[in-house]
Amino acid sequence: MAEITARITLPTSARRGEVVTVRVLVRHPMERAVDAPGLTPLPRRILHSFRVTYAGAEVFRAALSPGITANPYVEFTTVAVETGAMVFEWEEDGGTIYRREAQLTVA
Amino acid sequence: MPCPPHWPTRRAVLAAPLALALPAQAEEQDYAATERAILAGREPVADGITVDMPRLSENGNSVDLGIKVASPMTAEDHVTALHILSEKNPVPRVATFTLSPRNGRAEVATRIRLATTQTILVLAETSRGAVHRAEREVVVILGACVDAG
Amino acid sequence: MKLAALLALLPCMALAQDIRPSRDYLAPELRAMQDDPSRHPGWLWVDEGEALWARGAPSCASCHGDIARMAGVATRYPAVAPDGALLNLEGRIERCRTDHQHQPAFGYESEALLSLTAAIAARSRGMPVNVTTTGPAAPFLDAGRRFYETRQGQLNLACGQCHNENAGRRLRGDLISNGLGTGYPAYRLEWNTLGSLHRRLRACSLGVRATQFPLGSPEYLALELYLASRANGLPVEAPGLRR
Repeated sequence: MAEITARITLPTSARRGEVVTVRVLVRHPMERAVDAPGLTPLPRRILHSFRVTYAGAEVFRAALSPGITANPYVEFTTVAVETGAMVFEWEEDGGTIYRREAQLTVA
Repeated sequence: MPCPPHWPTRRAVLAAPLALALPAQAEEQDYAATERAILAGREPVADGITVDMPRLSENGNSVDLGIKVASPMTAEDHVTALHILSEKNPVPRVATFTLSPRNGRAEVATRIRLATTQTILVLAETSRGAVHRAEREVVVILGACVDAG
Repeated sequence: MKLAALLALLPCMALAQDIRPSRDYLAPELRAMQDDPSRHPGWLWVDEGEALWARGAPSCASCHGDIARMAGVATRYPAVAPDGALLNLEGRIERCRTDHQHQPAFGYESEALLSLTAAIAARSRGMPVNVTTTGPAAPFLDAGRRFYETRQGQLNLACGQCHNENAGRRLRGDLISNGLGTGYPAYRLEWNTLGSLHRRLRACSLGVRATQFPLGSPEYLALELYLASRANGLPVEAPGLRR
């Protein structure tokens, strides 16, 4: 697992059954391919897949393209089911996987 | 246009075509074909989706996009996928979000790149086999992109 | 085409200078994003800078303690060092790096230097700029003021012609600010990344088709001091969010 800088924002605690908003901002250039005369060629380097697991199930998945802004931002909702870790994983072109966790406390 | 990231000299700035150089017709065919592929023969309904996007964006590099679909998100009736399509970007399929009743609500937000003024299309598939459809026009202001530094 | 558009905007207006915080010139959506730490990408560099603060032997923390103690530091830069050199925050960090950590300098515009500068500057966010303009700083201030007031480049424009006389007016899609620089290091949408004030100054120089000076050059350092003096009393906005 490789390191990635990310800001994950969610409530520290929630009531069981409450729908919470999760905001994810991650440090990544989302490099579109550059290949034209006069410009430095650059290969595509995109986080193409994002998935979130929590309380035993995948609760969110995104397939991303070069059309997503650099240092991508994604916001979604999830039902507060139980206290536990929300696990965030990104896969990059070339196969590198990045992973972060955030704790949600459910009363 | 969002400035490509590397402009080594001013001469290159003036002489270079856009890095994203696809023939325009191919883009439109991809866009229409992508929509058709997602619809897979289903007739979309033109309501049920709220798209929150500015009508005018100062900078095509980062445009806020919020999507809300009216759905109970129960096991019997929930949104299974949200697709964002771009009419004029080189890659028409901007993103696909996979949802389930565990989301509680069908609400997603992100930030997208817009190569130019264009239409953004949002398609929402449901567990009942329906497809909802919403379009938004966005004008991208050409910022004073003289510097590219 | 560009020249004509610029000339059309420049009646010589002898109005009193009205200097406002840079955030006042932002589009409402950008200002809202700048104020939202869960959505503003600049904070990703602050997070990396805080991690760097604790790293190495000696680390920044070994001498300076918790990074929270950097509150107010950025408000005083650029400042003159005891040896007479004018240092901005980047320059001060590099001196610590070489003189006290005994490591090679990070290099201007490197990710490490951007991150540390953002992290330290963020500790002064909202605090009023408070640079010294007298004593050893005075000659640098004069040099910076002369630079700001001198017509330059193929477009033959002085900084003040846009940033004093035409602040608040539009240049093509953009609203002209007072050019204070209080939002730097800033995440610029156009760069798709965080960058330094000197990077932005180079873009300004290119914008009027004038000589671009190197990052960290004496010309831009003196100008940076003059810009900070214009911003004295106005809030630090780093990490800023700009088009």
